[in-house]
Amino acid sequence: MTAVLAPSTTQSHSKQALAVHFSGLGRSFGPADNRRVVLRDVSVQVEPGEILAILGTSGCGKSTLLRAAAGLDVPDSGEVLIDGTPVAGIDERCAVAFQEPRLLPWHTLQANVAIGLPKSSSASAGKAKVLELLKLVGLDTFAKHRPREVSGGMAQRTSLARALARNPGVLLLDEPFGALDALTRIKMQDLLLDIHSAQPTTVLLVTHDVDEALQLADRILVLGRNDDGQDGSTVAELVPVPGARPRNRNSTELGALRSSLLSMLGVTGH
Amino acid sequence: MSAEYATPVSKEGLEATGSAITSASAASRGSRPGGTAGRRAGIILLGLIVPALILLAWHLSTASGFFRPSQLPSPASVLAAAVDLIERGQLATHILISTQRVILGFLIGSLLGVLAGALLGLSRLADVLLTPTVGALRAVPSLAWVPLLVLWIGINEDSKVTLITIGAFFPVFTTLYLGLRHVDRNLVEAARAFGVNGVRLLTTVQLPAVVPALFSGLRLALAQSWLFLVAAELIASSMGLGFLLTDSQQTGRVDRIILAIILLAVIGKITDALLGIAERWAVRRWA
Repeated sequence: MTAVLAPSTTQSHSKQALAVHFSGLGRSFGPADNRRVVLRDVSVQVEPGEILAILGTSGCGKSTLLRAAAGLDVPDSGEVLIDGTPVAGIDERCAVAFQEPRLLPWHTLQANVAIGLPKSSSASAGKAKVLELLKLVGLDTFAKHRPREVSGGMAQRTSLARALARNPGVLLLDEPFGALDALTRIKMQDLLLDIHSAQPTTVLLVTHDVDEALQLADRILVLGRNDDGQDGSTVAELVPVPGARPRNRNSTELGALRSSLLSMLGVTGH
Repeated sequence: MSAEYATPVSKEGLEATGSAITSASAASRGSRPGGTAGRRAGIILLGLIVPALILLAWHLSTASGFFRPSQLPSPASVLAAAVDLIERGQLATHILISTQRVILGFLIGSLLGVLAGALLGLSRLADVLLTPTVGALRAVPSLAWVPLLVLWIGINEDSKVTLITIGAFFPVFTTLYLGLRHVDRNLVEAARAFGVNGVRLLTTVQLPAVVPALFSGLRLALAQSWLFLVAAELIASSMGLGFLLTDSQQTGRVDRIILAIILLAVIGKITDALLGIAERWAVRRWA
């Protein structure tokens, strides 16, 4: 698999893994007289090439944080810096994969992946790149299929391939495996690690699955309320995950971390 | 468990995930062609049962003397009226001129409807500025335009085609406008996240998404076009099926009136069926 991806890393529009810096990020939603603070003062430095998992309870602002980095949402305060320059609008350096595949139903998988190509890529190089990515996610024989003709897991892999077609400096994944069955999810997680080792881009992975975070991440950011009683989530914890990947799911070290993460998320006794 | 997990995902493994669904859909696709032709012919035949029964009842009611020929002429005499008009060389003229008016008005009206629907459906500013006005214009009953069109344009082809254009415009405009308003926001956002915007967003996401809605609008517009055609021809014309109706009314030719009604029904149904075929193709292609 590494060999498959090798040519793309040498292509001219290849981008380096980029650092992401959230600086004092704050965001509230709702009408002026009833603002609900979702995020406040989130500051994190993500190193180039790092996989950061963002964990938190439902509605804590995980996706909002990711959307700010993608330029899909504008924070009320603070900013996101990618490679030192602030994000203003949709950012060429990022690529997003959403929880749902969000493929265009009237296009083939191949054409859907091609949507992700950077504007600068030439037609022939673009096509080669798309086919190469479809091969990477194991869908080269389904290139001409429509999204409704393939399974949910295959659609999600296409969505991942579309994101990779950008050759992104930062890969933003918003619970991309959340809607998949357990087996497909494990395969997708392995695929992500394969891709990351072949093309070490920075990955921000929003998830509600503690085990997924433990398997994939270099560090885990837990979003949640602080003890000071103020509204809105902020950085509750930022913990490094021990051990080199792939990790043994049953190691005691990870078990202890899993328990402590779960209790941070309000689940005790596991 | 851990050893298994550490193995990199094989392509075969990934493909196995999807193989079941594709082979199933391939099988269902494979079984279709043979059955479809037979089934479609069967459906068409079933749909002809009621018209055949009506024809039979019509024949019996006139043959038995239940209706006088001046009230309801027999099917045979309506056929004779058709043959008579064909021999005079008038029937083809009536049909062709009416069809030409409908097609012209429908094409112009739909095109304007697509343009206006796209403008108001995509631009906030145009929406806020123009929607109240367009809504008010739509509320004007079609025949209210006739006196104005006759005075401005005169009694000629242009005024008739203009009236049909008005009739075809609104269904297309309305369905496209509403369709564009309801394009899946998730898809639009995903495309925008990959730097697709402006005209490219329109052609890659928004227009394809509204193709099915557009086609139902077009079919409504075509029905409206025939409606407006008869309205235009009833009022002022010297040719066409609407003219055949008023002219026959004045000369008391019920057989020709019924002939004109049957022709309108048949031609209207044929044009709608043709558009229906295009719609089915488009829905398969775009939805």
